[in-house]
Amino acid sequence: MTLLIAALITGIGLGSMYGLIALGFQITYSVSSKVNFAQGSMVMLGAVLGFVFCEKYGFPVIVGYPLAILCCGVAGILVEFFLVRPFAVRNSEAWLMATVAGGILLDNTVLFTFGNEPRTLPSALVGESWNIFGTGVYPQQILIPIAAIGVALALHALFRHTRQGRALLAVVQNLQAAKLMGINTTLMVTGSFAISSMLAGAAGLLIAPLFSVHSDMGTLFGLKAFAVAILGGMTSAYSVMLAGFIYGLVEAGVTTYLGSSYTFIVVFALVIAVLTIKPSGLFGRAAIKKV
Amino acid sequence: MPISSPFPKLTRRAALLGAAAALVFAAVLPTQNARAEDTVKLGLVAALSGQSAKSGEAITRGITLAIDKINAEGGVLGKPLELVSRDDESNPGKGLVAARELAQREGVAAIIGGLDTPVSFAIVPYVNQQKMPFIGPWAAGTGITKNGADENYVFRVSAVDEYVDEAITEYLIANYGAKKPGMILINNPWGESNEKGLLKALEKRGMDHAGIEKFESNDVDVVPQLTRLKENGADSLFVVANVAPTAQVIKSLDRMGWDVPISSHWGPAGGRFTELAGKSGEKVHFIQTYLFTDAADPMFAKLQEKFPEIETLADVTPATGIANAYDATLLVAAAIEKAGSTDGPAIREAMYEISGVEGMIKTYDTPFTPEDQDALGPEDYTFAHFVEGQIIPIK
Repeated sequence: MTLLIAALITGIGLGSMYGLIALGFQITYSVSSKVNFAQGSMVMLGAVLGFVFCEKYGFPVIVGYPLAILCCGVAGILVEFFLVRPFAVRNSEAWLMATVAGGILLDNTVLFTFGNEPRTLPSALVGESWNIFGTGVYPQQILIPIAAIGVALALHALFRHTRQGRALLAVVQNLQAAKLMGINTTLMVTGSFAISSMLAGAAGLLIAPLFSVHSDMGTLFGLKAFAVAILGGMTSAYSVMLAGFIYGLVEAGVTTYLGSSYTFIVVFALVIAVLTIKPSGLFGRAAIKKV
Repeated sequence: MPISSPFPKLTRRAALLGAAAALVFAAVLPTQNARAEDTVKLGLVAALSGQSAKSGEAITRGITLAIDKINAEGGVLGKPLELVSRDDESNPGKGLVAARELAQREGVAAIIGGLDTPVSFAIVPYVNQQKMPFIGPWAAGTGITKNGADENYVFRVSAVDEYVDEAITEYLIANYGAKKPGMILINNPWGESNEKGLLKALEKRGMDHAGIEKFESNDVDVVPQLTRLKENGADSLFVVANVAPTAQVIKSLDRMGWDVPISSHWGPAGGRFTELAGKSGEKVHFIQTYLFTDAADPMFAKLQEKFPEIETLADVTPATGIANAYDATLLVAAAIEKAGSTDGPAIREAMYEISGVEGMIKTYDTPFTPEDQDALGPEDYTFAHFVEGQIIPIK
C-alpha cells in the first residue's frame, strides 16, 4: 500500500512537471509545426533567474517570479527570431539543430555567469510534508499538478473562446489563408514561442524548490517532456497533459515495482513501442496528407 | 550529365600543398618536444567547470601551495615546477583527450587527476601504455589503482572505495547496531565500484542487505527507491553520490518522514550541501581524509594568504581535495628528484623508494609498493558531518 501511494504521488508530481513543459512544445508545434529544442534550457533559465532576482537581489517573490517568467518570454522571442525564422523562411529544417545549439549555448552561458555550484531556491511549500498513508507529500508537489491542469485549461479556453486564440487556430489550419484573411501570422508564431518559453520558465520556478538550481538542471526534463509531447500527439493541450501524467506514473511505477535499474530501459522502450503502434501518439489522430 | 559533388575536387596543386604542410608540421613537432624546458611541468586533468568544479578548484589550490613550497626550496632537478591544467568537464572522453595532449604536446613529467572516477578509468589504460606516472588525489574507484597492468603507473593519495566501504559499514554497525542496511547509489561507475565494495564488506560480516537502489544525478524524486528499501526493512542507509544528488536523497527522506542513520562516502563534502539538503543534511555522516578543525591551522593560514577569497573555514569545504592534492604533489616531486629525470619509468621506480615526505595528512614513509599503489588506508580516514555549513569531525 505504501509502495503504491509513494508511486502515485511521485508519478503525479513528475508527470505534471513533464506535462507542463511539454505544453510548450505543443503550443509552438500547433501554430508553426516547429518546436524549441532549447525548452529544457528555458526551464533552467526560469529557475536561475528566479534565484538571481529573489535570492541574490532580494526581490519579493511576487515581483521576482513574474519578472523571471517575462524574461523567459523574451528569450523565447529571441529563439524564434534568430534560431527558427531564418531557417523557416528558407524552408530549411536547420532550426532543429539551431535550437539544440541555442540550448547548449544558454546552458554554458549560465554556467559561466551563474556559477557551477548547484543552489537552492527556497519555498515555504517544501518546509513540512503532509503524511499520507505512510509516505509524505510537500504542498509544492500538489501545487504543480494544479498549476499544470490550470494552464492546460486556460490554453484550451484561449484557443476556443478568444479572438486571438481563434486567429491562432486559423494559422494552424492554413497559414496562407490566414495570412490572406489579414491575420498577422508572424506575430502569432512569435507569440507562440514566447508563451512556450514562459511556460517552461514557470515550470522551472515550480520545480526548483524540490530540486536544485544549476545550469544543466533542464536537460533531462526537456528530453522527457519532448517524449511526452510526442506521446500526447502534439495536438491538444489536454492530451499532452494526460500523456505527461501517464509517463510520470509509468516511470514511478517501474522504479517502485521493478527497481530503479530498469526505469530508463522500460520507459523508453514503452515510448518506442507506443509510437510504433500509434505513430501519431496516444491520442493523436493521423494527419491527412493532402496530395 | 555531370554529377556535382559536395566535396571540392582534389587537384594536384591541393595535394602537393597538403603534403608540404604535413612535412613542415612533422619537422616542427620533434623539435618542439625535444626543446630544453626551463621548468618541470606537472599536468592536471580535473573538473574545472560543471557541477564538480569546486573539486577542481580545491585540487588546484592544494597543488599550487605545494608547488610554491617546492619552488621556494629550489624546485626539482634544479628547475622550478610548473602546473599545466586542463578541464575534463567530468567527461571521460574529454579527460582522455586532455591527458593525451598533456603527455604528447606539453611534455609533462606526470599527470594529477580529478574527482571523477569514470574520467580516471578512461585515462588509466592510456597512461600505463605511455609509461606516464598518474597520481589521483580524489577519485576513489578501487580499480583505478588496482587496474591489473603489469607495469602500473597509477598511484593515489586519496580514499579507496573498497576501504571506504569497509569503514562506512563498520561505522553503521559500531554506532547504530545496523543489521540490515540499504544502499542508495548513484548510477555510474563510481556507484558500481561501491556496490561491489559494500557487498564485500557485508559478506565478510555475514550480513544481509535491504536492497541496492540506483538513481540518476538529475533525479528530482528518490522516494520510490527509498520506499522500496524501507519496505524491505532497511535499518540504516549507505549513500554514494556527489553533493546535489545526495541532497535529493535527503530531501526525499524528509518528505517521507523517515529518520534513518546514514553513512556516506565523501560525496557531500564537495559543496553547499546543507544549503541544498536543508537541516537534515547534518544527519549524513561521511568520511574525510583531512579536515581543517580550526582557523589556526598553519596550512589554513597559508591558503588564506595565497587565496584571499577564502575567508572562513566554510570556504574550504572540500579540505580533503586540497590536502590530498598537496600531498600528492609533494610525493611526485620527491620521486622526480629521486629519479634524477622526468623519464616515466624512472619516476615510477622512484615512487617506491621515497620516504620521509611530510604532507598535510601524515608523514609518508614508503607510501607505495608495487602491490599497493595507494598511499592512504582506512586508518587515515575520519568521519565528519556538516554543522551550519562547516564540516566538523565526529568524535
